[in-house]
Amino acid sequence: MEDDIRELYQEVILDHGKNPRNFRHPEDATSEADGNNPLCGDKLTVFVKIGENQNIEDAAFEGRGCAISVASASMMTDIVIGKKIAEVDELFGIFHNMCKGEEVGETPEEFEADIEKLMVLSGVKQFPMRVKCATLAWHAINAAVHGEQVVSSE
Amino acid sequence: MTALNTVLKTDREIDYNVNSVRADFPALSLEINGYPLAFLDSGASAQKPNQVLDRMDRAYRSEYANVHRGAYTLSQLATDNYENARLTVANFLNAKTPDEIVFTRNVTAAINLVAYSYGRTFLSAGDEVIISHMEHHANIVPWQLLRDAIGIEIKVVPIDECGNFLMEEFKKLLGPKTKLVAVTQVSNVLGTILPVKEIVQQAHNVGAHVLIDGCQGVVHEGVDVQDLDAEFYAFTGHKLYGPSGIGVLWGKLDLLNSMPPYEGGGDMIENVTFEKTTYREAPARFEAGTPPIVEAVGLAAAIDYVKSIGLENIANHESKLLTYATNELSQIDGLRIIGQADNKAPIISFVLDGVHPHDIGTIIDSRGVAVRAGHHCAQPLMDRYELAATARASLAMYNNTDDIDQLVGALNYVKEIFS
Repeated sequence: MEDDIRELYQEVILDHGKNPRNFRHPEDATSEADGNNPLCGDKLTVFVKIGENQNIEDAAFEGRGCAISVASASMMTDIVIGKKIAEVDELFGIFHNMCKGEEVGETPEEFEADIEKLMVLSGVKQFPMRVKCATLAWHAINAAVHGEQVVSSE
Repeated sequence: MTALNTVLKTDREIDYNVNSVRADFPALSLEINGYPLAFLDSGASAQKPNQVLDRMDRAYRSEYANVHRGAYTLSQLATDNYENARLTVANFLNAKTPDEIVFTRNVTAAINLVAYSYGRTFLSAGDEVIISHMEHHANIVPWQLLRDAIGIEIKVVPIDECGNFLMEEFKKLLGPKTKLVAVTQVSNVLGTILPVKEIVQQAHNVGAHVLIDGCQGVVHEGVDVQDLDAEFYAFTGHKLYGPSGIGVLWGKLDLLNSMPPYEGGGDMIENVTFEKTTYREAPARFEAGTPPIVEAVGLAAAIDYVKSIGLENIANHESKLLTYATNELSQIDGLRIIGQADNKAPIISFVLDGVHPHDIGTIIDSRGVAVRAGHHCAQPLMDRYELAATARASLAMYNNTDDIDQLVGALNYVKEIFS
């Protein structure tokens, strides 16, 4: 258990949690969505700027949450900038399986570096009640790029 | 007014053997993640003593049948047990008669019953219902549903920074339009003990009725409903060391009998034809269908258990432990206790600089400590303190200083990780 806790709260996560990247509200965002975790009161808003080629030109977030949800949002926004919506969808699927401790399977080569970064959050699989913290921002960006306004991780 | 007050005033030393109390609760010997369980979440739901577990086991094994139906021995036995449980609850609350005790599913169901049945009968558009800023959702949302249905107004009594109920502000809200005041006896987040008796008197001065939500209060304070003189008092069994799935609505009998049924079905009717049905009097009128039979028996066993320990002894023990815990927690650098009312039940909400309560909850669980982290079903109160969430340690009759020390040690571990 001690090891599981240390793996969950490793340095990278604590750093992203304390100093989140892309923690801002871009004025030229083309869509946004709220991610609510009604059980613990986490509330994030994810902003995206989608270009003409269905590219994520910018991604950012605001809100408050636990170290896991904020770190996950921070890392996610870093990773998705420059990607196509379809690629974000695919990464979300991989990440979701990773968090739930399910088989990730064959992953496209171009995602390798991203998946390696996201692996630091996979410690959450030992804590089923915290999986929704790790996936909250992803649910929100999924809603934002597909035109929903609010999602709940419940 | 309260047992706790009495204890503090007399400062009576009572021989309270917490270890023998702990021995009655099998869950307290559990090991969690290699540590002894320090269960500090009884405000959400309390653990159960053997006396309750054994009693329910017996009721299922050798005393079980449906109630109020069969002309056979077992059914009579089950019915007697169920109705005796009602009597036990009535005595515990000092109700005038067991007919004033309605068994419900939980406190939420009890408040919804009042909001629906009483609310739609006696209230109309423009009437005002007063609640306090520290209500949990169970005493907010039913009134909002009523507002949306019939157009009542909801007024909210503010609290100060420490979490005290502001009596003068309450008096200002009272007026000819006030029809009902619905407030909690004890805040589930801040631990504030509300001056419910004075609230009732003030409400009665303007002719308003009062509902007291006793789900936290009945555990730490107890209640004498005749002395309190409110119109309704509601609580739930599982926080009082009883089973989940049963709650109680106490109401003044005339009032209950003037209210229409909330749910329809078997057991609540006098006579049914397809043209017209007549209803039985309270409490049967409000207990449609097969009730929580064994849960009622379990609740009665829990009440018997609490009485055997003594509410006053429990309150005295909890009050000492609250003082100890408050002192110990206050010494943790960066820890802030939310809710420092003058008169407090043993509930301590807190935040730790730079650490979200949810992370606290997960990390201290790895050290065997169970607390609640979140908004505690009281989001408007969280907004009042501009917090999304707190961690909350809620103490019960079986907690001891070891539990508190384990919590403090675990919180220092949290700080170490986040340093």
